[in-house]
Amino acid sequence: MTKLKVALYWAASCGGCEIATLAIHEKILKLAEVADIVFWPVGLDFKYADVENMADKSVDVCLFNGAIRNEENEHLAKLLRAKSKIMIAYGSCSYEGCIPGLSNFYNRQLTFDRVYIETPSTENPDKIFPQTRVKVPEGELEIPEFYDTVKTLAQTVDVDYFIPGCPPEERTTWLALEALIEGKLPPKGTVISHSVKALCDECPRTREEKKIKKFYRPYEIIPDPEKCLLEQGLLCYGVATRGGCGALCPQANMPCTGCYGPVEGVVDQGAHFLSALSSVIDSNDPEEIQRIIDDIPDPAGTFYRYSLPDSLLRRAMIK
Amino acid sequence: MNNFEPKVVGFLCNWCSYRGADLAGTARMKCAPNVRIIRVMCSGRVEPTFILKAFQLGADGVLVLGCHPGDCHYVEGNYKTLRRMKMLEKMLPQLGIENGRVRLDWVSASEGDRFVSIIDDMTEKVRALGPFKQNSQEEKHD
Repeated sequence: MTKLKVALYWAASCGGCEIATLAIHEKILKLAEVADIVFWPVGLDFKYADVENMADKSVDVCLFNGAIRNEENEHLAKLLRAKSKIMIAYGSCSYEGCIPGLSNFYNRQLTFDRVYIETPSTENPDKIFPQTRVKVPEGELEIPEFYDTVKTLAQTVDVDYFIPGCPPEERTTWLALEALIEGKLPPKGTVISHSVKALCDECPRTREEKKIKKFYRPYEIIPDPEKCLLEQGLLCYGVATRGGCGALCPQANMPCTGCYGPVEGVVDQGAHFLSALSSVIDSNDPEEIQRIIDDIPDPAGTFYRYSLPDSLLRRAMIK
Repeated sequence: MNNFEPKVVGFLCNWCSYRGADLAGTARMKCAPNVRIIRVMCSGRVEPTFILKAFQLGADGVLVLGCHPGDCHYVEGNYKTLRRMKMLEKMLPQLGIENGRVRLDWVSASEGDRFVSIIDDMTEKVRALGPFKQNSQEEKHD
């Protein structure tokens, strides 16, 4: 049997997904038996030119992590799409935009102002910003253009499968790899996870009635280890998040933050969570409702923590 | 922008507000033609997704009308709407959607005149805010 050819790439990401790929531990030996890695900038010395020289569709699978934030990300996404038979958005950044996507609350200018001028540790009296082209004595230097809006991989190229998670759990990664190795692939467009239901379905905590008079932030209380975290007033995102991770955060007494993306059939994860959260507020009095809601300091950032670029509006409107 | 005619999507509950709109119609009251009405069984049916979708598709404002508190045909559907809309009111400005673009109000089946005044008022407020152009923010590079 000829070995599978696998490419791995990171675009706008933190590197956690690369580690998550390795978190399959000894199963990586099984992967190595059946697959050759033909491109993986983090682990092996390949150049972009090597990819350009490959024949179209000569790579069997590309695991692409990271969002599309600049020209280089977009170029590699299009290049790897052309060279790969199967394109997989690996991890929340490429699937939904994730943390880099929070920058869609701003635009390029606001981001640059913050990073190169306003940050307390920055001294930049001449207001020097990165330029895509700059002349130096040795010639002209070029860096990729930084975009106004962060996009998901599927908003940039055609994507065959999605693997959720920030980063994907070992069991989720292996579920996808196993399907690839055995050639038992799900229908195109599938979000590969052990569950299509909400995380609550696999959370071991006891659930009674959800009636919230006050929301808390995790540092404000030590939650009861047995009771549902949302019932205790923590913004646990489990009700609006796809399961499959094994409910690891709630089991460590931390509320779910929603990294596995929306449950099957939901278009906008943030709106879904907003709706669920509103329905557990225990008051019919407008002023009291307002007081309870004011406990949430940053609703948009909380509800769209992982999914702003993949939401209906994709970004905030900047005047 | 003198010719700007705001597009407002209005979600009206079947039991009170839609009847109120009907009453305004049969009584031949005049009101601004800018609100596109969608009938829902209860204002509680209006998911936040509907409102965001309306803006995504080019609406300049969204109006949600339900039964007065205490009058809901389904007992407390409109209270659920109230909580949701309060939460949305807090979140939407972070996405660049000013509060005047989204409004929740109550109209009963007998309040045709109130329906007209809300429609006219909403239309003028959205007109003053100007067009909501989400798409103008899209990337020029692609």
